[in-house]
Amino acid sequence: MSQKRKIQNVVIRGVIWFCVILTVLLLVALIGYIMVRGLSSISWQLLSTARSALAGTIGILPNIIYTIYLVLTTLVIALPLGIGGAIYLTEYAKNKRLVEIIEFATETLTGIPSIIYGLVGMLFFVQGLGLRTSIASGALTLAVMTLPTIVRTTQEALKTVPDSYREGSVGLGASKWHTIRTIVLPCTLDGVVGGAILAIGKIVGESAALIYTAGTGYNLVTNFFRALQTSGGSLSVALYVYVQEQGEFDVGFAIAAILMILVLIINSSAKLAKRKLKKV
Amino acid sequence: MDLKVREIIEKVMNGLFFLCGMVSIAAVALITIYMIVSGLPAIIEIGPIDFLLGQEWASTASEPKFGILPFILTSVYGTLGACLIGVPVGLLTAVFLSKLASKKMAAVVRPAVELLSGIPSVVYGLIGAMVLVPGIMDLFQLRNGTCLLAAILVLAVMILPSIVSVSETALSAVPREYEEGSLALGATEVETIFKVSVPAARSGIAAGIVLGIGRAVGEAMAVMMVAGNVANMPSLFTSVTFLTTAIAKEMSYSSGLQRQALFSIGLVLFVFIMIINVILNLLLKGRRDEK
Repeated sequence: MSQKRKIQNVVIRGVIWFCVILTVLLLVALIGYIMVRGLSSISWQLLSTARSALAGTIGILPNIIYTIYLVLTTLVIALPLGIGGAIYLTEYAKNKRLVEIIEFATETLTGIPSIIYGLVGMLFFVQGLGLRTSIASGALTLAVMTLPTIVRTTQEALKTVPDSYREGSVGLGASKWHTIRTIVLPCTLDGVVGGAILAIGKIVGESAALIYTAGTGYNLVTNFFRALQTSGGSLSVALYVYVQEQGEFDVGFAIAAILMILVLIINSSAKLAKRKLKKV
Repeated sequence: MDLKVREIIEKVMNGLFFLCGMVSIAAVALITIYMIVSGLPAIIEIGPIDFLLGQEWASTASEPKFGILPFILTSVYGTLGACLIGVPVGLLTAVFLSKLASKKMAAVVRPAVELLSGIPSVVYGLIGAMVLVPGIMDLFQLRNGTCLLAAILVLAVMILPSIVSVSETALSAVPREYEEGSLALGATEVETIFKVSVPAARSGIAAGIVLGIGRAVGEAMAVMMVAGNVANMPSLFTSVTFLTTAIAKEMSYSSGLQRQALFSIGLVLFVFIMIINVILNLLLKGRRDEK
């Protein structure tokens, strides 16, 4: 081998290693920095109280509650729609052209930026349907946003169910719906759970789509149905508001640390669900 | 069970699932209609040329000006800049993962890339604002570190995971025989990767890059926290506004024509994204057909 090729080989390998190490170090540095600065700013008072202008203290309990409510409401709306859509695509649809159009629409939804979801959510749910800036508006917006994730993961899971299962059931005289309900769906549970976990990750991290739909409210409302009608900022939105509009950087880092811990948990549970799916 | 009842249940469920399937189409249609209906009036009132090519944005001045060329150019430059850094790093990381890494190394690097994609954009924004912006300020002796460069660096990290994961899938799908043929002819592993594997996976890699471009064009919050949000024409060290941040910044206090103009910016952004989406779909479809 010529000298030039040998050198070229070594240099390119070096550059590749540099890029890989850069990527990994970046992540380590990001997580490390957030944890070091964030964990020291987390206090019991921050986690267990609402913001009080009187006492001059900041608490993110309402934001934690709002985030949980947003996750729950969004999943309650998006899961049935997404699973139903996936069942239609893989089990019922006979028109190939229609399947293509639905899949194209779903992929298009994935590509639309969250700020556009925020705009349309504001126009349609907040103003059009008169839901005002509220957790309900935010959750509806997020439901549309997370729909593609749930459709895709459910579809993948449905495709792994062997046709012989369906044929066996239908052969015994079961109807199509009965087959889906008792044979197909139970086999796809892991996939659906995986999709739901991915959706939770999206919801927790979302901010641009929520600011003008769910708003930035920070008053403590524990009643679920009242919260649906009030403006409430999720943790991510609260991070943005505290840092960008009020210069409360310590609070920002504290929330960032909480978000990072959530992301780590969500990531590893998604992986667990995926591994279980493979076993089936 | 009565056969008739069974038949009815069957029909009802079929209809229900059909409706669920239609939700995606309805959502895309709704979003498109809302963007056009709310975005067009201001463009017509301001005039498409003044709006798209106007160099000055002064929405709250006594004689308001609504030119969004600075936003368009900032979004374009910001995205190109992010790709300039993100694409080589992402592609080489993908090459490493699919061709060079041992199982153990891949088990470290792959989760790291996945985690990067899971980090919320506000967290990237926070790190950018607290670490990157002061860093740039000190390094280049600027009065203010919020600038296009900071946004480019943040976006480069944010698009990395999309580029890596899509490119890796494409590279892994290259038939092993191609590479074995090249190796058997005496090419080194590195030569094989860049002269055989990468060209064979090019449409998949292109899809990864386009996906990254879409992410960069659409990102709002992280950019908002590091770019300074002044409506300047873009240059590396000035405070700039992207299409996305132009909307997010003024929406809360806007009214009248100013508010309508914000929806028009949304429409412009939407058109950009739809073009990117169509390209992405063609690339991905082309790959499926090749197989």
